[in-house]
Amino acid sequence: MTTKDQSLGPLANDGLSPEERDLFSDARPVPYQPYPIEVVEKFVNWVRANSLFMLAFGTGCGAVELNPLMTARYDAYRFGFQPRPTPRQASVFMIGGYASVKTLKRIIRSYEQMQGPKFVVALGICPVNGGMYWDSYNTVNQFDLYIPVDLYITGCMPRPEVLLAGVLELKKKIKEGRADGHNRYIENLDWYKANQKRIIKNWDMPDYSW
Amino acid sequence: MSNDPKSIIEELSDHYQISEIKEQKADLLLLKIPKEDAVQFIRELRDGQNYTHLAFMTVIDYIESGIFTLTYMLHNYAAHHNIAVHVDIDREQTEMESIHELWVHAATYQRELREMYGIRFPGSPRLDDDFCLEGWDEIPPMRREFDTVSYSRERFFDREGRITTDPREHMKQIMYPIHTDND
Repeated sequence: MTTKDQSLGPLANDGLSPEERDLFSDARPVPYQPYPIEVVEKFVNWVRANSLFMLAFGTGCGAVELNPLMTARYDAYRFGFQPRPTPRQASVFMIGGYASVKTLKRIIRSYEQMQGPKFVVALGICPVNGGMYWDSYNTVNQFDLYIPVDLYITGCMPRPEVLLAGVLELKKKIKEGRADGHNRYIENLDWYKANQKRIIKNWDMPDYSW
Repeated sequence: MSNDPKSIIEELSDHYQISEIKEQKADLLLLKIPKEDAVQFIRELRDGQNYTHLAFMTVIDYIESGIFTLTYMLHNYAAHHNIAVHVDIDREQTEMESIHELWVHAATYQRELREMYGIRFPGSPRLDDDFCLEGWDEIPPMRREFDTVSYSRERFFDREGRITTDPREHMKQIMYPIHTDND
């Protein structure tokens, strides 16, 4: 992975037709700048960690394990963790198990629309190395080539207790300022885009979905 | 009109060349019909014999014999009985008459079969639209000559460090060490 500088100019938006190109922004995203005073940044991280909004987009079979989290038995709300219906309102993207190429396209669009700082948690073994679908024609084997993953929760499938442990681990990382996937994605945008376009053959969307 | 499937088949045997009749279960009958008569036969079952529901439609790839066997599973609500109509088509000349005029939802099955096996159904609506795969540029992935392992290695890059163990040996060693000592 090589870090590219941000003086590369606007995005090409090659996948769009000339008429469509006017309708989408070609601006590059800007990395999150921490507050200059360290105490303030720590406080803000503490606030972020205690108010996590999950994007309710069940991307794979593991999404069935997310539903019990919101029930009385597991009650993820007590950790300040709750689902939101749209990407614009969410800060945590839970990848629910395997991702096919078709789903990956939707994951990219949803992820880019989320407001930063944002975090990605991948559950199940499939995003790590393909799991039991490692030889499938349609399952992405190394998820972090395409989207920056802050936390992997392995298992097939991870049970709700493990997901809660993962949420606590994510909160710890955010509080320590180590959940920097958002900035990694923006700083290495060209590397991620090249990887994404290598497997998504019909790239008919803007290079960055604002 | 009789509800007994055997008498239905006997009745239709006068007009159609039905072969390989097999009673798989009490409520499931398999039979084979030539490609030319297949749609007319299915129409007869639907309109004449009350098999009004197309439960599913799929295909089996017999690469050794060079044929695809299309399967139309028809259901009779009144008799709670299913008939699976098998139709052999050539694996290279993969073209079959469409049944989207009999059941609207058959068009979706036919779209899927076109994408996954490359079978053509002329006249079927939206046949060439993408269904599950988007931007696919190889041979259809469910055909058995498609090498999914090498495709996955080449396209999705295996992560290093993945190990595979034989489940039986693994269980012996990890879970039941006492038993392995006695072996």
